[in-house]
Amino acid sequence: MSTVTTPPPKKVNRIGLEVLNYKGSKTTLCAGCGHNSISERIVECFYDMGVEPWRVAKLSGIGCSSKSPAYFLGQSHGFNGVHGRMPAIATGTLLANRNLLALGVTGDGDTASIGIGQFMHLVRRNVPMIYIIEDNGVYGLTKGQFSATADVGSTLKTGAPNQLPPFDCCALALKWGATLVARSFSGDKKQLQTVIKAAIAHKGLSVIDVISPCVTFNDHDGSTKSYSYVKDHEEALHDLDFVPFFEDITVELPEGEVTDVELHDGSHLRIRKLEREYNPTDRLKALAALEEAAAKGEVLTGLLYVNTDSPDFIELLNLVEEPLATLPQSRIRPSKAALDEVMEELR
Amino acid sequence: MSTLEVSPVAPVIRPSSQPVTNDFSIQVATVNGSGSQTANSVLMRTLFQMGIPVSGKNMFPSNIAGLPTWFTIRASKHGYIGRRKEVDFLVAMNPETAREDVMNLEGGAAVVYDEPLQLNKLRSDLHFYPVPFDKLVGPVCPEAKLRKLVRNMIYDGVVGWLLSLDMEELRKALVKQFGKRKAKAADLNWGAAQAGYDWAGKTLTKTDPYRAERMNETAGKIIIDGNSACALGAMFAGVTVVTWYPITPSSSLVESLIGYMKRFRHDPETGKATYAVVQAEDEIASIGMALSAGWAGARSMTATAGPGISLMSEFIGLGYYAELPAVIFDVERVGPSTGLPTRTAQGDVLINAMLSHGDTKHPMFFPCSPEECFTMAADAFDFAERFQTPVFFMTDLDLGMNNWMADPFPYPDKPIARGKVLAAEDLDKLGGFARYKDLDGDGVGYRTLPGTNHPNAAYFTRGSGHNEKAQYTEREDDYVNNIDRLAHKFEAMRRHLPAPVVDVRDNARIGFVAAGSSDYAARESRDQLRGEFGIETSYLRLRSYPFAEALREFIRRHDRVYVIDQNRDAQFLKLMRLEYEPELIAKLRSVRYYGGLPLDARTITDEIVKQEGR
Repeated sequence: MSTVTTPPPKKVNRIGLEVLNYKGSKTTLCAGCGHNSISERIVECFYDMGVEPWRVAKLSGIGCSSKSPAYFLGQSHGFNGVHGRMPAIATGTLLANRNLLALGVTGDGDTASIGIGQFMHLVRRNVPMIYIIEDNGVYGLTKGQFSATADVGSTLKTGAPNQLPPFDCCALALKWGATLVARSFSGDKKQLQTVIKAAIAHKGLSVIDVISPCVTFNDHDGSTKSYSYVKDHEEALHDLDFVPFFEDITVELPEGEVTDVELHDGSHLRIRKLEREYNPTDRLKALAALEEAAAKGEVLTGLLYVNTDSPDFIELLNLVEEPLATLPQSRIRPSKAALDEVMEELR
Repeated sequence: MSTLEVSPVAPVIRPSSQPVTNDFSIQVATVNGSGSQTANSVLMRTLFQMGIPVSGKNMFPSNIAGLPTWFTIRASKHGYIGRRKEVDFLVAMNPETAREDVMNLEGGAAVVYDEPLQLNKLRSDLHFYPVPFDKLVGPVCPEAKLRKLVRNMIYDGVVGWLLSLDMEELRKALVKQFGKRKAKAADLNWGAAQAGYDWAGKTLTKTDPYRAERMNETAGKIIIDGNSACALGAMFAGVTVVTWYPITPSSSLVESLIGYMKRFRHDPETGKATYAVVQAEDEIASIGMALSAGWAGARSMTATAGPGISLMSEFIGLGYYAELPAVIFDVERVGPSTGLPTRTAQGDVLINAMLSHGDTKHPMFFPCSPEECFTMAADAFDFAERFQTPVFFMTDLDLGMNNWMADPFPYPDKPIARGKVLAAEDLDKLGGFARYKDLDGDGVGYRTLPGTNHPNAAYFTRGSGHNEKAQYTEREDDYVNNIDRLAHKFEAMRRHLPAPVVDVRDNARIGFVAAGSSDYAARESRDQLRGEFGIETSYLRLRSYPFAEALREFIRRHDRVYVIDQNRDAQFLKLMRLEYEPELIAKLRSVRYYGGLPLDARTITDEIVKQEGR
């Protein structure tokens, strides 16, 4: 972000588009909703990375979070499906066109309750997409019931406490096969930007669980998903920097202990150590770190896990390079000789 | 089997002096998991290769091993290949059911049975042929663990001798069944068949009248099950995305498709697939993937049965409202709930017509034969994309899983039609588009595919209220305009669906209406009514829903119209009642069968004779 002395021409990204090309319609969510911050980060990241908007498919389920794809990337196709079933929609979309960049936005009700089965199978398949959970521990659109990510003891606005243990979507994603797993906070602009950019650069399933407070139904004192609670209890694993593939990589490594991870598109993640030793390629340690943090009531954020080696689901299917959707008749209707051959076998 | 109820002795109805040639049914009663399928298929194929019209029906339990199963083979010189209720020739291999199987026979039938069962003590009006299977199998099959399988082939040999089958054709059928790679197994089984044949020739005295004789009625024909025919239809229709969840009786449709796709749909140079098949975690996911693949431009399908249909309900409503193409093969089985998973019915007609909440309507295709499973599948994929909507392709267990004699399939003569899809160049010319605007008067808007490189290509697909530009709306006028356009689109479909097949007879006062697998029994019943009762009938075979205008004309023209339904609630008839005016409804009569077995002609004939007061 260097300053210029002359009046700037229209500011464009590396493919010549303005940030306006990445915006959507005006949000209808509550003022101060964490989801709006996430939408802004998505706009910034896709602009900064120079992703062609036409190459993106925005997918969602049902709920406040799932409404948000209308509020970013207005030049991308969007699909707001049925409750909890965005994973199936993402999978089908990518089967039809493997060249799309699938960006799924969902909530904790959508993913951890009605859609937990589809979520787990998406994880198991390592479907190559970005899967953002806008996690506020509460059903907003139906006015404030607990979701399955609400912590034990966290209260509703009425004061009623949650008694059931929460699903940790990051732990589930880690255990069953997602290849990039991060937790962030809608109020942490830099960290969230970095993990979204890393997800854009990654090939495989990126699950990003973003604590995104609901200002209307879950931002009170008894809540563990309020702005103040998360600010007080956030525990960053490390300091993250992102160097996109189109920028000079010879930039000097910053001071301190830094690990460099090269991502699929040639971008780099620079992971600088804070207090703890943490290796984001060690899945078991990542699970342990989540367990320990939960026991202490901490919200552990950062890049929990990345694996740049595992094949994704589309690769396993051994498909032709072109989108299946637009293959010409000559490639999808076998010849008359083929039919004759089959008929002869059946005589 | 301690006390035997012996029925009063009745005279043998058909003396053997009058042979019954090429007009009989054989029933083989076995235990599932005993490997009788091969022996039964070989028997059926032998008759087929002798030029005799034939059909085979497997009545099997929802179980892997140990429960009773019956395979019925019908040979008909008249070409009737629907189910026939009467059994002329029983092969009783299952001790558990043997007694009941024998007691159910009409007098004069023949029974081949395992000697120790002593079935001959049950009745005196049947032709009994005891066979010492255990004694015969030992010498031809030294390996003890294979004997259970090989002993089935001995009954093929015994039946072969009794029915005068051409044993050279039986040998060929066996070789075809086992394929070149299993030549050893074929040899072993051929040995057993020969042993059965030779033993029967030396030991038995034929007293029953049934015999097979070479004809020339099957030349050029094929034997195939409806599920495989659907699979071939889908492959030649150019399907690219197949997402499914296993469920009887549809599983073999996709399994057969996978087999064909592996052979014919890989790029010859790179070996890469021009299709994707995904076994989903459940039917909700399988339909979700199919519809979104259709949204993104693929030719997509799933295959399922009743319980899967129930699960798909919400997504199908989205498909209707957001206008997403996909073909849903519904191989119907007996419901409600789990019902009878391995028995046949046409019980999903009403639910599919209106599946999902709110005002929804869906087109259905009703193929009646393997040929139509193949040809109409191509129509269904074109139709789904033409009208941007889920399409139900409805068969049933009888059509889907049983083997049928059929004409070879014609290579598709129409190019694949992908419907109203705008490319980037179109958008350059048009400037933009409104996704749900009815420009052509058929209720169908133009769509773009994700991945279209144009700043105006994108639109937002949603199951919530939307206007012509696909924007979110809760406005009354927007909602009504949109839902009315969908109704208009449904009306427009009538003219593009497969037309009914109509046979109107000038002197017929009554008409038949049937769909799908009921066709075989319906056609035979018409001949019975004409031949035995002098009742002439017209016939309209439905091939799609919403019903063609021709159906209205057909009802108008006849005094009474019998609608044949393979379900309790007269579902086809009820759909007609929803559409037609009272004077037409008053002419409709119902013929229903819902016992789970394939419909037979006699059931229809008896019911019509009763209702006609004859």
